[in-house]
Amino acid sequence: MSVRVGIIGGTGYTGGELARLLVGHPRAEIAWVTSRSRAGWPVSSLHPNLRGFTDLKFVAPDDVEPVDVAFLCLPHGQTAGNIERYTQLAERVVDLSSDFRLSDAELYEATYGEPHPAPAWLDRFAYGLPEVYRDRIRGSKLVSGVGCNATAVNLALLPLARAGVIERVVADVKVGSSESGAEPSGSSHHPERSHAVRTFAPTTHRHEAEIRQALGDFDLHFTGTAIELVRGVLATCHVFVNRDLTDRDLWGMYRDAYAAEPFVRVVKERRGLYRFPEPKIVAGTNFADVSFVAEEGSRRVVTMCAIDNLGKGAAGSAVQSMNLMCGLEETDGLLFPGLHPV
Amino acid sequence: MSDTQTQTLTATCPECGAVISFDRQPRRHEIVQCPDCGTELEVVATEPIRLAVAPEVEEDWGE
Repeated sequence: MSVRVGIIGGTGYTGGELARLLVGHPRAEIAWVTSRSRAGWPVSSLHPNLRGFTDLKFVAPDDVEPVDVAFLCLPHGQTAGNIERYTQLAERVVDLSSDFRLSDAELYEATYGEPHPAPAWLDRFAYGLPEVYRDRIRGSKLVSGVGCNATAVNLALLPLARAGVIERVVADVKVGSSESGAEPSGSSHHPERSHAVRTFAPTTHRHEAEIRQALGDFDLHFTGTAIELVRGVLATCHVFVNRDLTDRDLWGMYRDAYAAEPFVRVVKERRGLYRFPEPKIVAGTNFADVSFVAEEGSRRVVTMCAIDNLGKGAAGSAVQSMNLMCGLEETDGLLFPGLHPV
Repeated sequence: MSDTQTQTLTATCPECGAVISFDRQPRRHEIVQCPDCGTELEVVATEPIRLAVAPEVEEDWGE
């Protein structure tokens, strides 16, 4: 069985990453990739790593045929208004924008500052983080993508949230430049962005809503900092817990949460150069490396999670969700182990 | 091998709490690696089997 897929909005980094994963997928075939501005251009002209892997050309958004799965990679706000059309195009839809990540219309409005254009559709989408919502994704025909920063924090904290030990969290998230997308801006101009260590969100970030939705409502404080990296997110979470915990306690919690997860690795080594998670080790992969340390003499636990924002933080989770929705092997097309050195 | 013997050929990792199984009786001072956390462990007693974190050579790790 081969799943025919289409990508709406394929010129951006997320669309390109999806195309990269799908051309190597053993049970999927890309039928079309759309672009309003680049119709007729080879897909490899914008995503040169795909040279020799596909001869597809971008097609206009109206020039598409029905497929089994449609991936929507449009900017925030452009999917929701047309969701009925997209669901007529494919039996299954994975929307990588933030339009359908939150299941509650009031929460959406509070987070994004405007009413949702299609609130009746919100609770029809499963949130596309298999580590939390696997069963729901498996039974769903509509799945939302995930926020990259939210994913790093969610996976760093999930075992502690399940154990009910979190009182307060300060999530310090370091991010690469590809998070801001393929459209240039003043702040992404090379002389300004290069060598930056720039705290762009000292307090609050819209992904906080996704974290609370996935993990429960605890006292959460978020800080985001752009660093000298193209791909990658490292979340370092300072967690103040409600009881004394040791590293051994934490091993039990993380083992319970992740032993059966195909894409989450606990990284906590006593020797070597890479004792804790680092984004560059997971660049290009769908892996999330997580770790933890309990501070002696206090109730602070430091947890970490490194992901590729375009991989596990976007296109990788989307393909993982497609695999679940279509009854494929969950790991199909996603087992690239990354590069070292890089 | 009886169930009783099987039970005696296990020990708990002092680092992460994982149960480690041995397919033969380990020797004292033997070094084994925890399959869960990767910590190198020394067999410090054999009846019953007890493990301790193996001593490490200190490394300069960018500090």
